[in-house]
Amino acid sequence: MPHRLLKFAASSLLGRPHPEPRMFRTPSRLKDRYEVVIIGGGGHGLAAAYYLARDHGIRDIAVIEKGYLGGGNTARNTTIIRSNYLTPEGVKFYDASLALWAGLASEFDFNLFYSTRGHFTLAHSDADLRTARWRAEVNKHFGVASEVVDAAFVKKLVPQIDLDCGGHSPILGALYHEPGAIARHDAVAWGYARGADRQGVEIHQNTEVLGIDVRDGAVAGVRTSRGDISTQRVLCAVAGSTPRVLKLIGLDSPLTIHPLQAMVSEPLKPWLDPIIVSSSLHAYVSQSARGELVMGASLDPYELHSTRSTLEFAEGLAVNMLDLFPFLSEVKVNRQWAGMADMTPDFAPIMGLTPCEGFFLDAGWGTWGFKATPISGKTMAHTVATGVAHPLITAFSLQRFARLELTGEKGAASVGH
Amino acid sequence: MKSIRCPLNGPRPLLEFACGGEVRAMPDPQACSDAEWTAYLFNRASVPGVKREWWCHTPSGYWFIAERDTARDEVLVTYDAAELAAKAAT
Repeated sequence: MPHRLLKFAASSLLGRPHPEPRMFRTPSRLKDRYEVVIIGGGGHGLAAAYYLARDHGIRDIAVIEKGYLGGGNTARNTTIIRSNYLTPEGVKFYDASLALWAGLASEFDFNLFYSTRGHFTLAHSDADLRTARWRAEVNKHFGVASEVVDAAFVKKLVPQIDLDCGGHSPILGALYHEPGAIARHDAVAWGYARGADRQGVEIHQNTEVLGIDVRDGAVAGVRTSRGDISTQRVLCAVAGSTPRVLKLIGLDSPLTIHPLQAMVSEPLKPWLDPIIVSSSLHAYVSQSARGELVMGASLDPYELHSTRSTLEFAEGLAVNMLDLFPFLSEVKVNRQWAGMADMTPDFAPIMGLTPCEGFFLDAGWGTWGFKATPISGKTMAHTVATGVAHPLITAFSLQRFARLELTGEKGAASVGH
Repeated sequence: MKSIRCPLNGPRPLLEFACGGEVRAMPDPQACSDAEWTAYLFNRASVPGVKREWWCHTPSGYWFIAERDTARDEVLVTYDAAELAAKAAT
């Protein structure tokens, strides 16, 4: 070993602190009680912890995570951030999220690689254009930059696109959403973890929930693989594992779990600036800061509790991607993966109170959860702290199904499912 | 490619099939409460495990029953829907 390295090793052995604080601490043991227990150390759970501490002064919080931090859907999505939804409830909610995204990097003193790219939803048919116009009008009404553009505009911003799509389904126009953005997903979980940790929140990884104690219809505690915790308030933010946690307290839900797969290409020189979505071709693509093309498609067509990948998915997506960009036939696929999406019948989330007192739910994030990370954290923190659902999420309550008051958001899903 | 054994057509590729969801008993719409009805409409048993499901072989339009492990992506057994009644009786 070069001797010049020894002085660095020595200072480390003598316990000199690292000049940069670590992302978050790893507490050695669980306490017997916490004011709030958050199940799920993904973006949503960590964001809720952060805003509970920052905005509501509640710092006695344990975030418990079965695996590792941000190892679930936070790190398995395709990182698209947008607010061009279809329903007034959705547009207001996601636009409030966009406003929070802009300030996160400076709040955490951490680079999230947040990059505003512009977002195209391509229209290949009259029906597509009709939905695009509908969305544009709803968006504009709420002050969201969103407009229907013609094919020439698409071609100008994305010269490489084949407007004929191989002759199968020519592009007639698109819904263009200028604030559409991407971000580095791991950094979002780490950033919120750092923000929460700095305010005293404890983050416990490798800690599995085994049971939830309910007394007289109210939460009394959480049993974990590392000991029992007594608490009156629990927030469940576990995406595809939600039905398993709900079963612990005997709650039913309309969630169904489907894998959502994605894949990335080898890194290329930057050539694709905007985010391209085609609901008719069931495909979406953006180019990451590393130059990889991040590509996704529809859900797997049947329920499955697994993150396995399939060749059928990669082949099916490649067919449609090559319709849009034929020259990609020379490009290799680097990786493929899946996340477990907790789908709702109306493509809107399930947030807020539940029939079990003190048990709060942040679920039903299906294929649209990443962009909502900041605002779901903020509104769930408000809901947990005050015991009353935040005004932005009242349309997303679990009880809406029994009242037949669904929030029809399917038309704004990135691809037809 | 994965395949499923269709009771009518034998083993066929997965892409020829569509899943119709779990076999569930419908409550009597005239007799049940609103809460029971909306629970039937929307709620699903979504914990992983072996489930009895409707599947359709789409080229032949034939609906049948598959028992599938939703944690392991494995079809355990398939049979004609007529056998459901026999199974319910046992």
